[in-house]
Amino acid sequence: MNFQEIILRLQNYWGKQGCIIQQPYDVEKGAGTMNPATFLRSLGPEPWNVAYVEPSRRPTDGRYGENPNRLQHYYQFQVILKPSPDNVIDLYLNSLRDLGIEPEKHDIRLVEDNWESPTLGAWGLGWEVWLDGMEITQFTYFQQCGGVDCYPVCAEITYGLERIAMYIQNRESVYDIEWVDGITYADVHHQTEVDYSHYNFELADVDTLMQMFNLCEQEAQRIAARHFPQPAYDYVLKCSHLFNLLDARGAISVTERTGYIARVRNLARLVAGEYLDQRKRLGYPLIKDEELRKDLIIDEEVL
Amino acid sequence: MARDLILEIGVEEIPSAYMGRAIADLKANALKQLNDARLSYKEIQSYGTPRRLTLFVKGLEEKQPDAVIEIRGPKKSIAFDQEGNPTKAGLGFARSHKADFNNLEVREVGGVEYIFVIKKEKGNASTAILPGILLDIINSLSFPKSMRWGYYHARFARPIRWLLALLDSERINIQIENIKSNNETYGHRFLSSGVLPVKDVQHYFQVLRENYVILDQEERKELIRKQVLDIAAAAGGRPMENEDLLEEITYLLEYPTAFYGSFSPSYLNVPPEVLTTTMIEHQRYFPVYDANGQLMAGFIGVGNGTDYSLDIVRAGNERVLKARLEDALFFWNEDTRKPLADMVTGLKEVLFHERLGSIMDKVERLQTLAVSIGEACGLSDAATLKRAALLCKADLVSSMVYEFPELQGIMGRYYAIKSGEKPEVSQAVFEHYLPRSAGDTLPATESGKVLSLAEKIDNLVGCFAIGIKPSGSQDPYALRRQAMGIVHIILDSGLGLDLAKLAGKAYDNFAAIETDSDRKNTISEVLEFIVQRMRGVLLERGYSYDLIDAALAVPSNDITDISNRIEALQDLRQSEIFEDFMVVYNRCHNLTKKWADDSINIKVLVDESEINLNRSFNLIKYDVYRDINTRNYLGACKMLAGLRPEVDDFFNAVMVMVDDVELKAARLGLLKAIANLYNLIADFSKIVV
Repeated sequence: MNFQEIILRLQNYWGKQGCIIQQPYDVEKGAGTMNPATFLRSLGPEPWNVAYVEPSRRPTDGRYGENPNRLQHYYQFQVILKPSPDNVIDLYLNSLRDLGIEPEKHDIRLVEDNWESPTLGAWGLGWEVWLDGMEITQFTYFQQCGGVDCYPVCAEITYGLERIAMYIQNRESVYDIEWVDGITYADVHHQTEVDYSHYNFELADVDTLMQMFNLCEQEAQRIAARHFPQPAYDYVLKCSHLFNLLDARGAISVTERTGYIARVRNLARLVAGEYLDQRKRLGYPLIKDEELRKDLIIDEEVL
Repeated sequence: MARDLILEIGVEEIPSAYMGRAIADLKANALKQLNDARLSYKEIQSYGTPRRLTLFVKGLEEKQPDAVIEIRGPKKSIAFDQEGNPTKAGLGFARSHKADFNNLEVREVGGVEYIFVIKKEKGNASTAILPGILLDIINSLSFPKSMRWGYYHARFARPIRWLLALLDSERINIQIENIKSNNETYGHRFLSSGVLPVKDVQHYFQVLRENYVILDQEERKELIRKQVLDIAAAAGGRPMENEDLLEEITYLLEYPTAFYGSFSPSYLNVPPEVLTTTMIEHQRYFPVYDANGQLMAGFIGVGNGTDYSLDIVRAGNERVLKARLEDALFFWNEDTRKPLADMVTGLKEVLFHERLGSIMDKVERLQTLAVSIGEACGLSDAATLKRAALLCKADLVSSMVYEFPELQGIMGRYYAIKSGEKPEVSQAVFEHYLPRSAGDTLPATESGKVLSLAEKIDNLVGCFAIGIKPSGSQDPYALRRQAMGIVHIILDSGLGLDLAKLAGKAYDNFAAIETDSDRKNTISEVLEFIVQRMRGVLLERGYSYDLIDAALAVPSNDITDISNRIEALQDLRQSEIFEDFMVVYNRCHNLTKKWADDSINIKVLVDESEINLNRSFNLIKYDVYRDINTRNYLGACKMLAGLRPEVDDFFNAVMVMVDDVELKAARLGLLKAIANLYNLIADFSKIVV
């Protein structure tokens, strides 16, 4: 099964489970969680089921294309099920069967792993899923996002696509993964890994990035103040990425670090609040079940 | 007739770290709830796997006994007025318990009459009250972190997915959110499929066993232990002993099958601590040693399943470990490319504490403090200590320690050796963290001892100076452990150190930092804190508390001296002179408790016995001083005990409390002078004879 087929199968599987198949969001981000389809949609009372591939960037993980397991740009497959269904683990395990991984033949383990994102003001409890000792998925029940309690709670399933592909194709290096017939992961991404490692660690201009950070922060605040959460959120994402770049560049001292993280978190909270207000103003259009709407609105008034 | 009860809470995988306590709490909660409900039983057991918490009550009575409940109210004199009519207070009490005032009884308690409400409560059938009890048991479970799920508001360690509650074969109905209890359970996640109906309590255990669930955690643990030992033996080795790992694995699976996997011997070039940390912390494998105690190029993993397709599981695990070891090898090569000293500059960027500066600031403090300590106790030399202090934190910026923080110090030593540092320096880099936990080894080299003391005193003084002090269970900087470390190192090597002076030097190192507590106060608090830990250490070592308190009552900044005095007291107590010694003390001390002046006007002494006592006292006085100064406490005690005949004669011959004021003063002065010699050693009034 090649890399592409893995993605297509997951999309197909989760599409059948009633998920909207969205596409990657076009702003740089560290993980699929930061896509507004997760970060914003996990807020508030509206149900939401979605799946998408997310290209994710972790500038500090660059290894100049020399490490077989580490990449500064990689792919996650992200599923959000809100509210979390009772059979969510079975749904997940069935998706593995769809990839040809029969749980009966392997040792699949759910090992405690709690997730926290200080920059998003978000945390949740869950597991990393081990397949014969290898972590292939992060599974999280969101408890808070943007500093706001999540209700209902969503389940987030994040597949590490490269790891799963390496396992299925029995490859020892991520670069040997077959993307499609005759084309490897290296063909697609090796040179970009080399280039970005140089850029992230050596070439990025610290002053420019710092100025950009400040400008993006101001823009996020300005747009949030005008009550347009999604455009404002784009600039939160940019701030987060710029912070990661500055960090990789070694430009942020320990004492400054906490300051930068707090600045991004404040923006994320600001936008989360604006988004919640907006959904309420719109009357929660994603609640299609009128009974549920009544229940939720009563709940909200009580709260 | 008594019946058996099973309650199973079916959950998604609970974190292994929660399980031990959850299982114990389940039993404790049940015990309390059943006792409060007056439901008797033969035995309570609790079990747990990642997917279930099970309560098993054997021989539960079917019915509560009837009970008489007596509630005491106000005194009779308050409940009735002088005419014998009920007062407002009396009526109020009756009303609050829904009783008729006329039915209240008057009873005597401790000679006082009170009014009582007496209620007869009819015993209920256990089936009637069990739902409430079971819900209370479940709701009173608490976890380090709990969560909500779906549309529900209940909180638990992980989502509850089913409930089974059976009294023999009868269902007990309870409900938590959308989950209603039933007579159904589930087996192993992958080796069993679908719902499993359960007929009764005995059948429950049978069904689980048939469906690949070893419910009893102790049975599971011993099974794993045996499998791991057998597999290691088959591979010609023995597994690392590690109870924590064994326990963790026990709570990660329901049906264990251990297997042996191997890796390329080329990775054995990486330090063994790196390999074992990778295996244990990241993969939960048991490392394996050969007959010579050398790490083998293999590991033992424990899978959650049978041996069906175990080869696939083994191959997968081998591949994962290989990738991890490849990473470790990369870090090792990367870190050893340059000498350790080159990493030191990076410490400026690592924060020690936001108010206490960077790790580099700390390194500079350690350099001066270590040299002072070395000089004070005559250990090591300034150049070695300065070098060791400079390098001791450098590994914090290495790739390896960034990845494996628990290898701090261990990697530092390897990197120091690789960089060609002197063995004493390299060893001190590792040893300055010792002891890392209660019972851990102590530093063995001179420089290691000195640097370890410097590290800990700097931590204590720095934290106390900015108001960080342990309180109750709160001790985020592990200051208690560090103070214990100081005590152990000093006592173990018999170091004579003036801790007040050292704490002062450590405080002066923080001159550039704004502190909350001034120098004098910080020193005395730190000293008191260390002495308190010392008390604990000595109690643990088997010294009795009265000897410890007696010696601690004579304050000293030198804990070796305190310890020497306690040891002398211990020897004294077991020696034949102890009785004489204490008689002399008690006779001299008891009369002079309120007498302060120890001057003796010898001109007024008249009786032969008191002249003799004074002479004997003068004969030994300076020798006692000398012995105390040279810390020959037992020698001093012997001389004091030797005064017994003269003291006895004195008390037989004269009255101390005579009317003659001058004579009385001289006699009391003599006794006080003797008692004061004793007080230089310890406060003997604290000794329990």
